Amino acid sequence: MDKPLTKNIEEGRAPFNFKQYEAAGGYDSVRKVVTMAPNDVVTLVKDAGLGGRGGAGFNTGLKWSFVPAPDGGPRYLVINGDEMEPGTFKDRLLMENDPHLLVEGMITTCFALQSSCGYIFLRGEYTVAEERLLAAIAEAYENGMLGKNILGSGFDLDIYLHTSAGRYICGEETALINALEGKRANPRAKPPFPQVSGLWGRPTVVNNVETICNIPGIVANGVDWYQGLGLGEFVGTRISGVSGRVNNPGCWEVPVGITFRQLLEDYAGGMQDGYELKAFLPGGGSTDFLMPEHLDLVMDPGAVQKAGSRLGTSLIMVLDDKTCPVGCIRNLIKFFAHESCGWCTPCRDGLPWTEQMLDKLEEGTGSLKDIEILKEMTGYMGIGNTFCALAPGAMEPLQSGLKYFIDEFEAHVDHGCGYSK
Amino acid sequence: MVKITIDGKVLEVDESKNLLEEVLSHGEDLPYFCWHPSMGSVGSCRQCAVIEYANDEDERGRLNMACMTSPREGARYSIEKASQFRAQAIESIMINHPHDCPVCEEGGECHLQDMTVMSGHNYRRYDGKKKTHNNQYLGPFIGHEMNRCITCYRCVRFYKDYAGGTDFGPQASHDNTYFGRWQEGPLESEFSGNLAEVCPTGVFTDKPFSKHYVRKWDLQTAPSVCAGCSVGCNTNPGERYGTLRRVVNRFNDEVNGYFLCDRGRFGTGYVNSDNRIKESMTRKSHDADPYLASTEEAKAQLQAMAGSAIGIGSPRASMEANYSLKELVGSDNFYAGISALELGMSKQILDIYGSRPVNVANVVDIEASDAILILGEDLTNTAARLALALRQSVRNLGKQMARDMKFPEWQDAAIRQLTMDRKSPLFILSPHSTRLDDIAAHVQIGSAADSANIGFAIAHEIDSSAPAVKGLGKDEQALVKTIAAALKEAKQPLIISGTGSMSPALIDAAANIATALNTEDKKANIALITPESNTLGLALLMGDSTASLDDAMAGESKSAIVLENDLYRRAATAHVSAFLNGIDQLAVLDSLKTKTGEQANLVLAAGTSFETSGTFVNYETRAQHFYSVFKPEASIRPSTFWLSDLTLAEITQACAQSIVGGEGMSHLTPDAEDLVDMKGMKVPRQQHRYSGRTAMRADINVHEPKQEQDEEGIMSYSMEGISALKDATVFNTAWAGGWNSNQSVFKFQSHTGGALKQASNGQCLIQSTAKDKTWSEISETNDVASDFQAFPLYHLFGSEELTAHADAIQEKATGAYIALNEADAEKLGLQASDGVTVINDGNNSGSVPFIIRSSIAPGSVGISVGLAGLDLYNVAGSTLSLEKDNTWTAPTNWKMNNIIVSDKGAV
Amino acid sequence: MNNLIATTAIKARQLTDEEIHEIEHEKTHYPYTQAVGLEALKIVQKYQGWVSDESLLAVSEYLNISPDELEGVATFFNMIFRRPVGKNVILLCDSVACWMLGCDSLKAHFTKTLGIDYGETTEDDLFTLIPVPCLGDCDKAPVMMIGRETYRNLTTDKIDEIIAEYRSKN
Repeated sequence: MDKPLTKNIEEGRAPFNFKQYEAAGGYDSVRKVVTMAPNDVVTLVKDAGLGGRGGAGFNTGLKWSFVPAPDGGPRYLVINGDEMEPGTFKDRLLMENDPHLLVEGMITTCFALQSSCGYIFLRGEYTVAEERLLAAIAEAYENGMLGKNILGSGFDLDIYLHTSAGRYICGEETALINALEGKRANPRAKPPFPQVSGLWGRPTVVNNVETICNIPGIVANGVDWYQGLGLGEFVGTRISGVSGRVNNPGCWEVPVGITFRQLLEDYAGGMQDGYELKAFLPGGGSTDFLMPEHLDLVMDPGAVQKAGSRLGTSLIMVLDDKTCPVGCIRNLIKFFAHESCGWCTPCRDGLPWTEQMLDKLEEGTGSLKDIEILKEMTGYMGIGNTFCALAPGAMEPLQSGLKYFIDEFEAHVDHGCGYSK
Repeated sequence: MVKITIDGKVLEVDESKNLLEEVLSHGEDLPYFCWHPSMGSVGSCRQCAVIEYANDEDERGRLNMACMTSPREGARYSIEKASQFRAQAIESIMINHPHDCPVCEEGGECHLQDMTVMSGHNYRRYDGKKKTHNNQYLGPFIGHEMNRCITCYRCVRFYKDYAGGTDFGPQASHDNTYFGRWQEGPLESEFSGNLAEVCPTGVFTDKPFSKHYVRKWDLQTAPSVCAGCSVGCNTNPGERYGTLRRVVNRFNDEVNGYFLCDRGRFGTGYVNSDNRIKESMTRKSHDADPYLASTEEAKAQLQAMAGSAIGIGSPRASMEANYSLKELVGSDNFYAGISALELGMSKQILDIYGSRPVNVANVVDIEASDAILILGEDLTNTAARLALALRQSVRNLGKQMARDMKFPEWQDAAIRQLTMDRKSPLFILSPHSTRLDDIAAHVQIGSAADSANIGFAIAHEIDSSAPAVKGLGKDEQALVKTIAAALKEAKQPLIISGTGSMSPALIDAAANIATALNTEDKKANIALITPESNTLGLALLMGDSTASLDDAMAGESKSAIVLENDLYRRAATAHVSAFLNGIDQLAVLDSLKTKTGEQANLVLAAGTSFETSGTFVNYETRAQHFYSVFKPEASIRPSTFWLSDLTLAEITQACAQSIVGGEGMSHLTPDAEDLVDMKGMKVPRQQHRYSGRTAMRADINVHEPKQEQDEEGIMSYSMEGISALKDATVFNTAWAGGWNSNQSVFKFQSHTGGALKQASNGQCLIQSTAKDKTWSEISETNDVASDFQAFPLYHLFGSEELTAHADAIQEKATGAYIALNEADAEKLGLQASDGVTVINDGNNSGSVPFIIRSSIAPGSVGISVGLAGLDLYNVAGSTLSLEKDNTWTAPTNWKMNNIIVSDKGAV
Repeated sequence: MNNLIATTAIKARQLTDEEIHEIEHEKTHYPYTQAVGLEALKIVQKYQGWVSDESLLAVSEYLNISPDELEGVATFFNMIFRRPVGKNVILLCDSVACWMLGCDSLKAHFTKTLGIDYGETTEDDLFTLIPVPCLGDCDKAPVMMIGRETYRNLTTDKIDEIIAEYRSKN
């Protein structure tokens, strides 16, 4: 099986430098793309059916196609490398271990978008990725893949690495743009979408690291090749992973179309001895719990949605039978309450209240009324009610937790948390 | 317009507006916090939620914020169905809001209280601890109580985004978000007082008001007009127990919209000051002991002076008071009470307004202007409200970009993000840096004469029939071309100048440019600023007469009546003293004790603009009527009472008939029959809930006093009368059912944010119908004989006579000073703590501190105007020299704070 | 007279040559100075350990961005420290995967052995303990960072070793 995302990654080996990367077929997509018409590249990516890997899964080529025709002013590609969704660790793998792949993807993408400036918005804590990306960018400049008149095509491109100073909300694309502009990272109203008015008011595409790492392969090898990577009707590969009490936690490039069970058992080696699978979050802290009966679902956004959750980042977090689901949800809510930017009311003031009620339940001072209010909160902070998706995301594990573990919530009223810590 | 359905009701609404303002315009109640009619929408508070249905079949709909929704043709919405969400939103806001309403200044006029009640949230379920914050000292104007904050971001959106302030902002995040300064200290914006009105609850409060606080419903109020400068902002002052408690904004879309400057809001302390003249006094001669005069005696003595006395009028007294004096002494004996130069410039402005094909710009015109040129007027310090308007005008380029991209205009944050630092062009020609430099495309530092030359050249560049200028340098020529092109290209160009530079040539240049810009389909806007609340009114009253204070002082008269005017603020001490010493019988009518008053034989206690009614004529020649807020104590009477036996209405009508364009002044107040359903009632100055009427003076006398009568006006000093909701032709305090705060003003507007339904916006007396272009000739400028050219420096806090007496203003004001740039200071051997004396036309100014302002042009000396301590008036004098005073030392309490915020880097 | 006009008693620190050099480098990355503000705060923190009032004012004056604007961003982003921190900042991940694998007991261990709670600094100024949102190393939970180094699969014993190592280095 082709593994276009991780083919150059080998555990314990330093990432390829420019020469090694090039020798392994690297930068082929750049050589090819400069001979193409930019709009054809957009169409190619659209046809490939690559969904965004940041969590929403929107067709990447389609997203690009919303960028208006060039007007002579700047337009930007911004890479969202602000990986901070609880339980998510896939972009770290790509950036630390094959930085040239991201750089190549950016060059190809910028050509398609007719953009001459790209930023990588990188989490400040990813220090290894920072050093390796800086080295890769420098090498790309030295070898004529960045800068003026790339490969004699007349195409100019500069790429800058921006390391962030924290805050989960920066993963939201418009908050990210504000942070990149040096402002407080409150999200912006949409519309206008960034493709129309984004960074410094200019057309901007914000794409996830993994998404862009797919571009070199698609451009170099074509739609059929890409679509053939998936299982059955599904296209491409993606990085999926497992954390929690499994035998072999980690993340791997898998063909799209495998089931959760395959991921959990074939890749992650199943549950550790003495632990049972109680539930799992299919793709980050802001997705609804799924239960063991959902293990045979295909890891596809549509299938997961039908089961009442979201595929999200496709890195699953396993809740075992020795861990308190209420405590787990409290930890998640505490995270989201703290990471709320403070812009809109339900999120800013509703999440801390939610956290307070969960605290009470854990401590044994909660009441059935608190559980009723918790249920109400999941509606209050539902999709569309808040300014961005942070609080609705936070409500996903809570609402599904209240559905699947209501007995445990109610047991907390009388006894507090009975799990050993 | 589109048709929409809201809860079954079909409404016709404007699709270019957002659904919230449209719903409010149709009289529906929909709660909101972060949206503001002048500041647009950002969608943060989530309070104005409605359900929007996709189509006729859609039963569930989706929740949207009305403020972020463009109404769609045929769309169906429900306010009712989103009520649970709105209650939840309030409930979560209230988690951290303290229950301190009984001791909160906002109580009773709190938008948060109103919205909480409206949303139906009335039982608290959260049982945890509340967040608390530290408060900051923010200066003499604004109190800070952060625990009350509901994080609606309105404060920062006003202070930073709207008013351009830089020393305030949001800090931290999530439910710990904080609004304040980096370090505590006085807020630097001249518009900080609006925070008290913009904040929907009691985080930012009017600090001087807090010192003698009463509830909104216990205030006796009236529609008033600010006397602080020539803009004439509409205000709603409130009184209790005979003291003026506060001033809040009174909406007038053409003059001040929703906002006031801090001089107008906080500059009223003089009304309650110990410096008031509360009794009329008389004495036989200058050096005799004065004794109290009864009202009748004082009035008789004054009236007896008619025939022999000259009258000296005042630009801060009403039309009626000036007219009455003029009538008493006779036209030939009436002098304007301002210098010949100032009177000349005021008449020059009237002439330009009347004879040129230009449009005199009100605040709406200013905000709509897309290219602006300021010639020598330091607007922030001379007409602050207009400076705030200019901050909106430069956004027009961004708004145009937004229109081109089909963004609705209410998308405030989106438009700012799209626009970045692009602005409609604003050019400033000034002898020094100003507070508007940060939004200017170009600031040209130069003397008034240089600026006038450039101005004339711009006019010629735009229309070659305008007189040409010779001898401009290369850089100046390039600048002329740039400015001319920008103004020509603009849809609505605006030229601003005024008397501030004391340069008639500059005003002529402004007039020529505005004239040159006139085309068949475009009239340029012009705004020419005058110094005081009724300067143009006084000039109108003068008619053909040019009799100025200079003329009065040069005359031989032995008897004079001075109306609300301290002559020592207008001419050199020696000069005024010599004049007054020659007067045998001097009568002074004023509200405050002045140096002029000290010389008088007869002092008559006159009411301030808060205690009298009358008319001011603003910089546009807009005549506006102000109603007395309360009856002054003891023997204080309106100047018109002392000067005339006619009723105020009779004086107003007679005055109107006596001046050019006066017709517009004669209908500013409604007659009884103009109001609906009057049934003999008047318009009440007190609210229905006004408390303690029968008991409020019980500690003095248990007998309930008779209500004060207002014999003349259409208003009464009582609670009874016609309700504003029935008829708001006289627009007093904004208040409507369920809407106790000033947000209720939309109930009185024809359309949310638009003009008032009924109340008068005042009337411009001179409106040019001229079609033909006429030009001012370029006068030969005499080279100034001395090394230095002087120019005046104004201060919003301190330069105006009356407001300078307010405690809060004094904290922000400073003493007089003189300013030079570094190079000139070095040349003169001056250091930034020396005392300096200015000799001007042979007059010695007295010693004042000297400071350095880097932005001042070489060879120019800035002289503070109106601040205490400098005996220098004719800044445009022909000879001028500076001398270091080696004996001068800075007093220990010398305050230089707030002097030149715009020049901070340099000072 | 200058001192009479100062609006704040705080005086800007003189930026070092290195700091200025790096700020100037960042300026070439962005078309607007505002974007450099946050970068400059990070640069200052890199060299000074934290952003003092004097440093914030220095950046403000150097870039002509108001201190209030800078304070707004400095206090928004959790990786800008506006209070002094110890020589080594321990960022202990407390998000869900690490929580499931025992980060609470690690926190308790830190508090016991170092005597500091979250947000506090040891008396010898060697360590400051701060919780950090998910570090993106969930397959190797529990994890933490000290400075720019990441430590994975933590146990209390491992923490003792790491702390001892840092102590011996200083």
